[in-house]
Amino acid sequence: MAETFAPPRRIDWVGISFAVVLTLVIIFPLIVVGTWAFTNVWRYPAIIPQEFGLRFWSQTLARPDVWSAITTSISLACVVTLLSAIICLPAAFAFARLEFPGRSLLFFSFLAGQAFPKFGLLVAIAGIFLGLNLIGTFWGVVLIQLVGTLLFMIWIPVAAFQGVDRRMEEAARDVGASPLRVFWSITLPQAGPTIAAAVLLTFVNTFYETEGAWLIGAPGIRTMPVLMISFINNQPVIQYGAVLSVILWIPSFFALLFARRVISGGSFARGFGA
Amino acid sequence: MAVLDIKGISKHFGAGVLAVDNLELTVGDGELVCLLGPSGSGKSTLLRMVGGFETPSGGSITIDGEEVIHLPPERRPTGMVFQSHALWTHMNVYKNIAFGLKLRRRPADEIKRRVDAVMELVGLAGYGERQTHQLSGGQQQRVALARSLVLEPKILLLDEPFASLDQHLRERLREEVRDIQQRLGITTLFVTHGQDEALSMADRIVVLRDGKVEQVAAPDVLYREPATPFVAGFIGTMNLIEGTVSNGTFSRAGFSSPLPVGDGPVTFAVRPEALVIAPAAGAGAAKIHRVTDYGTHAIVDLELPDGLRLKSMVPEARHWTTGQAVDLAPRAFSAYRDNALIYRSNAAR
Ligand SMILES: Nc1ncnc2c1ncn2[C@@H]1O[C@H](COP(=O)(O)OP(=O)(O)OP(=O)(O)O)[C@@H](O)[C@H]1O
Ligand SMILES: [Mg+2]
Repeated sequence: MAETFAPPRRIDWVGISFAVVLTLVIIFPLIVVGTWAFTNVWRYPAIIPQEFGLRFWSQTLARPDVWSAITTSISLACVVTLLSAIICLPAAFAFARLEFPGRSLLFFSFLAGQAFPKFGLLVAIAGIFLGLNLIGTFWGVVLIQLVGTLLFMIWIPVAAFQGVDRRMEEAARDVGASPLRVFWSITLPQAGPTIAAAVLLTFVNTFYETEGAWLIGAPGIRTMPVLMISFINNQPVIQYGAVLSVILWIPSFFALLFARRVISGGSFARGFGA
Repeated sequence: MAVLDIKGISKHFGAGVLAVDNLELTVGDGELVCLLGPSGSGKSTLLRMVGGFETPSGGSITIDGEEVIHLPPERRPTGMVFQSHALWTHMNVYKNIAFGLKLRRRPADEIKRRVDAVMELVGLAGYGERQTHQLSGGQQQRVALARSLVLEPKILLLDEPFASLDQHLRERLREEVRDIQQRLGITTLFVTHGQDEALSMADRIVVLRDGKVEQVAAPDVLYREPATPFVAGFIGTMNLIEGTVSNGTFSRAGFSSPLPVGDGPVTFAVRPEALVIAPAAGAGAAKIHRVTDYGTHAIVDLELPDGLRLKSMVPEARHWTTGQAVDLAPRAFSAYRDNALIYRSNAAR
């Protein structure tokens, strides 16, 4: 009888519309692209493909330009992330902890590159690179992508280093650790998970970066996203683009897995522990 | 044997702030000295200079006769316990305590033996594998203490180590720390702004005010013979009455008392337990403003005709009522002029 008096269950229209919109915007395109990648024949007006298969995978993976793009993209992302870490992490530590003249000016100049329309900046840099013979070279693309990583690799680690409790560091000095040892055994593990997130973001962003890679890299250097764009522009067959696109999901997938590990349990921090 | 000797130490922060002002202090071997003073009086700054975390603007600090002022914290024979305990959250309890020994490259079996012994000492036996966030506030502070003790420092420095704990736990840890300190005979400098803590733990108390030493004395001496009105007002409860002396009598509004000092302004100091009240026949010296019963005793708030409030401690509340006129008789008192003690009645000695 109690049910008679219970208020009628409200339908959560807001929640439902959010779910629907999110599904349409994110999941639906993924499903469509994923389906296309494993389709041999799909003609209008069928709702599902007439024939599934891996034909286009074998065709795509048989192409030498695809393989060279995969290697280029991976080595670019690795080199850029590594260089960015080597340059930015010490700089971030300096910004977070040291007082030096021109500190704020320098700090904001790092971020200025992100504040203006990027394409104009890229064109200007391309002009300079032309003079330096860097157009169409691997290291030219490395340089341009490096500039793009500064925001994440400075701003986030600065916050991470500033967030480390100074008393913890002093306590380590107190029991006999040198400043270098304190950095290695206390500061870095404490800031570690946040910095790992920044490195991850940098890797994934670099992997997907197209504007710089295309403007500076063409025609000599072709990354996966650039190749995909040219496939989509030049090929009447959708499947090539779809297959490449699915391949491009792989780094995101690993990034997500890794991020989950870092966030849950803090096992990453302990890995650094003394 | 470890003696801490602080001579003429000062600390400026920027141009304006003089946090510690030309301060002298000697802490004897095995002694526990409390630094007591209001917020901003320079207690932490002094302690941090001993630990090596602040560079003094001038002066000298020696430990067993050896100058340490140019040594970084990691090379000083001092151990510091912070208010916020500052445990390393990415290490478990055992690793927190063992870290200092590892840095000294002690053999593994010695590290294990010493860490186990100190965990036993601070009552943490069996907690080695816990993560720091799995400990209560009191246990965290024990780990911080163990982390310092395991290295057998010559001087132990504690900066309000119990400030974030509840009253009950604070009292228990206070006793434990005092026990451990006496058992190990470790020379200790302890910062607090709680007078209870200082009075119950210290061999000697240093009262600081604006970076200067106001008085150094054993707790009972400090309570009975405060050297300045500031100390008198800071330690325990004290009625401080500003008034004047003429012809050997101190007076202020309705209150007067014989005081054999020269004429002039005087601060008259009398503790509540030494201010005896009696029902007045006429108008009396003061009126009762409020009576608060604490069971074991009662506190009577009094008001002089000019509005000054005084406190008197009486054995029982029931004889007294609000609005009642009373006469005042100070049994033991002292008097200050120009910030210095000029008279102490016999009973106050
Ligand atoms: N890093 C600093 N920069 C500038 N001024 C400081 C600094 N540290 C302390 N001071 C100033 O020095 C004075 C003494 O500070 P200190 O921390 O030693 O006081 P304290 O007695 O420990 O007070 P509390 O009981 O509140 O901890 C204060 O006026 C404080 O503002
Ligand atoms: Mg302090």
